[in-house]
Amino acid sequence: MVVKDIIDILEGEIICEGDLDQEIKTACGSDMMSDVLAFVKDQSVLLTGLVNPQVVRTAEMMDMACIVFVRGKVPDDSIINLAEQRGITLIKTRFRMFTACGLLYSNGLSGGTKV
Amino acid sequence: MSNAIHLHYEVSDEDFTRAGEASGAVKKRLKSLGYNPDAIRRVAIAMYEAEINMVIHADGGYCDVDIYPDRVEILLSDRGPGIPDVEKAMQEGYSTAPDNVRSLGFGAGMGLPNIKKYTDEMRIETTIGVGTNLYLTVRV
Repeated sequence: MVVKDIIDILEGEIICEGDLDQEIKTACGSDMMSDVLAFVKDQSVLLTGLVNPQVVRTAEMMDMACIVFVRGKVPDDSIINLAEQRGITLIKTRFRMFTACGLLYSNGLSGGTKV
Repeated sequence: MSNAIHLHYEVSDEDFTRAGEASGAVKKRLKSLGYNPDAIRRVAIAMYEAEINMVIHADGGYCDVDIYPDRVEILLSDRGPGIPDVEKAMQEGYSTAPDNVRSLGFGAGMGLPNIKKYTDEMRIETTIGVGTNLYLTVRV
């Protein structure tokens, strides 16, 4: 799966465009950034309902290529600027967290761990 | 050691949105030096959590980073309140962070456990009312 596929599956809208052909292997859905940081995985997408600059910084530390804001949440300019500088794609989707994760999971994306 | 690259950053507590800037800069530097991506990520995450801790608990402080060919050593020093019970603070899920920090996505009691997980060595020197020095080593 690549970033473009995630946009299609989640009927998402691009807020900040990075590399849309970047391959995505795993996903993580959380509003707690420390929980995200607890699990290092390569080439992940982050789904979150949290909208602040630390979401982008967390993605940066984790080498994540893409962040999906659920429930139609829109990040402000400071967040978009941070993502732009780091080449991270920002997407918004109207779906809620559970549904957005479920859609990606049923399309073959996994959490990257067995538990 | 003379061949170490030394970096110094001040961490301000005034702007939570800027927390992580030092970690991001170190990450970039290590990348440009060609270190292993997994090792870089471990350094970045450990330092980022520590930076967040400094902003949440300790009114900021400073970081000293020494980059060697085989390891990265980081000192994070603050003049905050100190950690009363280090053993408790090391437990996953234990947090003394105020509620407003939780609404920012932190304060889940995962900071120090995460730092320990991603570093090869971790040492805490803390004195109540004086501050905390956190020494981290990551082999790269």
